[in-house]
Amino acid sequence: MSCWETIADYGLRSIGIGERLLPRDNFTLCQQVTLIGSGMLWNIYFGVVALVTGFFLATALALGKASKITPVRKLAEWVIFVFRGSPLFIQFFFAYFLFLSLKSVSPAFDPLTSAWLGAALVLFLNTAAYTGEIFYGALLSVPRGDVEAADAYGFSGWPRFRRIVWPTMLRLAWPAYTNEAIFLFHATTLVFFSGFPAWQQRGDALYYANYFADKTFNPFVPYPILAGFFILLTLCVVGVFGLINKRLNRHLPKERRQKMRMRPRLLMR
Amino acid sequence: MFSWCTDPNAIDGLAWLSCYLTTGKHLSIYVSVGTVLLLLAITAPVALAFGFGGAMAARSHFPPLSWLGKAYIAIVRGVPDIAFFLFFVIALDQFFEWIRHEVKCPDWDQPIRQGNDFVVCPEAKLPLSTAAQWVHETYGFSLAVLTFSIVFGAFAANVLFGAMRAVPRAQLETAEAYGMSRRQTFWRILVPQMWVYALPGLSNLWMVLIKATPLLFLLGVEDIVYWARELGGAKTAKFTDYPHPDWRMWYFLALLVFYLAFTRVSEIVLDRIMKRLTHGQATMGGEAQRKAS
Repeated sequence: MSCWETIADYGLRSIGIGERLLPRDNFTLCQQVTLIGSGMLWNIYFGVVALVTGFFLATALALGKASKITPVRKLAEWVIFVFRGSPLFIQFFFAYFLFLSLKSVSPAFDPLTSAWLGAALVLFLNTAAYTGEIFYGALLSVPRGDVEAADAYGFSGWPRFRRIVWPTMLRLAWPAYTNEAIFLFHATTLVFFSGFPAWQQRGDALYYANYFADKTFNPFVPYPILAGFFILLTLCVVGVFGLINKRLNRHLPKERRQKMRMRPRLLMR
Repeated sequence: MFSWCTDPNAIDGLAWLSCYLTTGKHLSIYVSVGTVLLLLAITAPVALAFGFGGAMAARSHFPPLSWLGKAYIAIVRGVPDIAFFLFFVIALDQFFEWIRHEVKCPDWDQPIRQGNDFVVCPEAKLPLSTAAQWVHETYGFSLAVLTFSIVFGAFAANVLFGAMRAVPRAQLETAEAYGMSRRQTFWRILVPQMWVYALPGLSNLWMVLIKATPLLFLLGVEDIVYWARELGGAKTAKFTDYPHPDWRMWYFLALLVFYLAFTRVSEIVLDRIMKRLTHGQATMGGEAQRKAS
């Protein structure tokens, strides 16, 4: 079987298109690369969904934590504390079993027990909490002069936030947010190891890498392949976030532009 | 455990709960909390040592050593940590067995990798197939500790490398002006001063380490996650005196609260240490403390 046929068979295996049966023995390098790459689709799906939706909740949480209204502030603080203070792994387990018991209450909760919705929901809340904390820090360091200038121009309320405070907050938070995005993609590998079942063996990249390592008892092939895919993904994330960073900083004189700091601030879960 | 526990069917409410929570199997979950704490207690210093070594290597003036150190720091950044955990546990195990194989059975002529199997001579097996159960468990646990230390050592190396560069250049120049050698400058000036710069990163790392401990479960150690799944599952009256439906949700809620409390306490303690260390330092934090008092 040539490599092209393998790609045609297994390229979309993780989302249920193509050959149903996984290879059982005599694994070729091509099969391993293809299947692990096909699993990456799940990692990208979880990461993108959580990032896009989490972004909005994170803004809300940051505003909530900076709010003067005590109940709102307390609520935001608790959400951030609970999701940042406990391991994501345990959050996945708890959420899965919570969804299982909800399922017995009403069939409306059925889809929550499958990974595509349930795990995405947990990741969404988790990344929103981490990002919310980053945004909150950035919100506090928005220069006072900017806000005073906005006041002088007659901005207030929503327009002031939307046009002045929010862009500056994003600009300040962006390097840290990039790190968060990288670690979020890494965290997506936990999904299928934490209760959420890989239905019909449709798992993510680590699921397949682990499958191969278990079957061949040789970790030196599948895990480096996985590492290669993730380094590629990390580079893509850095690239995309770098472009956005450039746009956020486009009004600044060149020497004041914030360079993307490539040294990580640990945000891993 | 308690005197009133002789007939579990006759009691209910809090008494039942007190009996239920002190069954033999529940004692194992309390012991496994000890496993987690032991892992933290061993891993933290070992990882710090790995990190110190990595940072020193990355600073080295001998290019291959410096590349090695920098690669060690960089690689954990691009790849999910859990992939490293799963990789190192098998890889280290096979590495040890291979070394023992080379030493103990020099005239073994078959290849080590036969198709899908990894075959070493029986004397090289780790632990030996005749070994007691506790040896197997200890070996599994030490592999886990080593794996954790390697992965977190890389993160610590990153933090320490940054901290070493954050020490003001003037301090090192002064040392050189006094005629200290590079080695003396490193040990007497740089190392004592770098900790205050490293502490925020290291305390962050400690939090991350705490939150990574449930991953022990994936490494095959019977830790709290294992026992929570085991004990929480639905039990029928046939197999136990304490039948209950699926309670795994509550067990994991308890774990969640345990970890929240643990990280919160660590946070408070680390804040105190940070206050202590910044006292009298020529940094913004130290300056703020001086003004406040």
